[in-house]
Amino acid sequence: MLLEVKNLHVEVDGKKILNGLELSVGKGAVHAIMGPNGSGKSTLAHVLAGKADYVVTQGEVLLDGENILELPPDERAAKGLFLAFQYPLEIPGVATITFLRTALNAQRKQRGEPELLVPAFMKRLNEVAGKLGIDRDMLRRGVNVGFSGGEKKRNEILQMALLEPRLCVLDETDSGLDIDALKVVADGVNRLRSPERSFVVITHYQRLLDYIVPDVVHVLSKGRIVKTGTKALALELEATGYAQYQEEMA
Amino acid sequence: MNAEIHPIKTAAETALVANFAAARRALPGAAAIAALREDAFKRFESSGLPHRRVEEWKYTDLRALMREALPLAGIPDAAAKALAKDAGAALASIEGRRIVFVDGAFVPELSDLADLEAGLSIRSMAQALAAGDPQLMARIGKVVPTDDVAVALNTAFMGDGALIEVAPGMALARPLHLVFVNVGREAVAVFARSLVVVGKGARAMLVESHEGTNEHQVNTALELEVGDEAHVDHIKITGEGSGALHVSTLMAAIGAHARFNEFLFTAGVGVVRNQLFVRFAGEGTIAHICGANLLKGRQHADTTLVADHVVADCTSREVFKSVLDGESRGVFQGKIIVRPHAQKTDAKMATHALLLSDTAEADNKPELEIFADDVQCGHGATSGDLDEDLLFYLRARGIPAKEAEALLIQAFVGEAIEGIEHAGLRDALLEYVAAWLETRA
Repeated sequence: MLLEVKNLHVEVDGKKILNGLELSVGKGAVHAIMGPNGSGKSTLAHVLAGKADYVVTQGEVLLDGENILELPPDERAAKGLFLAFQYPLEIPGVATITFLRTALNAQRKQRGEPELLVPAFMKRLNEVAGKLGIDRDMLRRGVNVGFSGGEKKRNEILQMALLEPRLCVLDETDSGLDIDALKVVADGVNRLRSPERSFVVITHYQRLLDYIVPDVVHVLSKGRIVKTGTKALALELEATGYAQYQEEMA
Repeated sequence: MNAEIHPIKTAAETALVANFAAARRALPGAAAIAALREDAFKRFESSGLPHRRVEEWKYTDLRALMREALPLAGIPDAAAKALAKDAGAALASIEGRRIVFVDGAFVPELSDLADLEAGLSIRSMAQALAAGDPQLMARIGKVVPTDDVAVALNTAFMGDGALIEVAPGMALARPLHLVFVNVGREAVAVFARSLVVVGKGARAMLVESHEGTNEHQVNTALELEVGDEAHVDHIKITGEGSGALHVSTLMAAIGAHARFNEFLFTAGVGVVRNQLFVRFAGEGTIAHICGANLLKGRQHADTTLVADHVVADCTSREVFKSVLDGESRGVFQGKIIVRPHAQKTDAKMATHALLLSDTAEADNKPELEIFADDVQCGHGATSGDLDEDLLFYLRARGIPAKEAEALLIQAFVGEAIEGIEHAGLRDALLEYVAAWLETRA
């Protein structure tokens, strides 16, 4: 297993959000996590990436068998974990190109690999950016500054493509996207699918899963996985809604 | 005379009186200049050093900060000149014409005075004072008159500095780089005074850098006259030793339809007070007055600005940024005056402080004095620490905490530096920022 989440309990400001969550994601697998608002989807994404303010009271998160809960976010990233943010932040004054190069080389350094020099970096960046329709002017601007919602999400996928993580966590990547933007983002993700790379796709709506087709679908409610199935489960949820799962827990 | 008033009471004040009595005959200048010095010194004697109950000096109590008055710097010897050889090298990228002052004294042999363009004149202030130069006599102390006591002390003790004239219509090909370096092995007091006159329609870039490692007391003043339709950039970089006390005053009068860009960059001085008295004397002028301070330890930087809009149709923009670490303190006092005839004035002032520790402090005092009714004036201030969400975003991409902080600090200061037109200078300042961040890590 690439990712194993065992009996994870998490509190935020003294409030229980995750409640004994269990999740195993194999190499190359795409798992979707669906659930109503407030079920703990974004909390799971942030806890995996290592955001402060989330207090893990019980449980483990293993990446390749190693518990990563004690590691700072940057070390988790260097080990191959990537979180695509639901709301990518704007960083005025830090050019996207500088940000990407700093991030890539920081990860390489942490892994004991040599830094990528500018020409090699630029070559790779141009390849990846071209496929996502991100032009040079956008790369020179401050990170996400003045970007539309769709451009911000494309920029997340650009970072993912460049950093080549082993585990990609997509937190509501579909939110705020129209259908054309959604397709661009989904294409970007699908190009990155490989037997060596796993995905956890967190979403409220089934629509995204028409484009990024998952191997496994989980339903999250009140901080735990309450049902696991195939792609058909997502379609079923689309028809019936989440009400039954919320009632089951009540 | 009121016998009750005894403004001279601290050791430093007493020493200043003794220093002036001892030095007055040796200071450059004939009768008229000597009288100017006497008048200025009387102004000091009647008030003493400015202290916290003087509103303009509320946050920088010079009386408390100046425990002693150091002896006046002497003429630099060969050893001092040798130490100053590489001064200003950090600004090599501006490819400026270096004009070097060691412990306040002009040193022609270290300066680049070859092939002066026709219409550019660079002279020693001490020599001009001694000669009673008529250009100087017509202007000194009159460009923007002030009662400020620090300026009074500068006038009383002024030794050397630059007297620069740029003829009307000429555009300087290279920036002028005034390199002030203090190398004396003993801590001394330096009183530098300069006058720069830029003629109508001329274009000049003036870079002033102050460096040194000793615990000097520096009182430097620049009178700057910007002619009608002239375009002048003045950049002052202060990076003296952490034991230094540095008081600096810019008195600038800007003509009509001119462009004036001021940038103050301070990193690594014990105590610095930058005073700017800018007078908009002609209509239709646009000025940007900006700056950035990087402070740590117990450093203290005070920027006190008075932008005086005397005439109509001028625009001024003030943006100052401070990065404050340790127990440092950043002070900004900005006053915009709009006189009754200064209709259509457009003046906006903003300050932003980034606090990197719980013990750093930012004090901010904006003042608007508006006597005209058809104007746009405003001010804004922010202060805060590094954004935790932004730090997380950077760290989630694999950037370690210190490096992520450095990126955000660079971005914060960089926004101010980006406004500088000269690419070489921009790069040099970004290097200063990077070097400062290195010392922080």
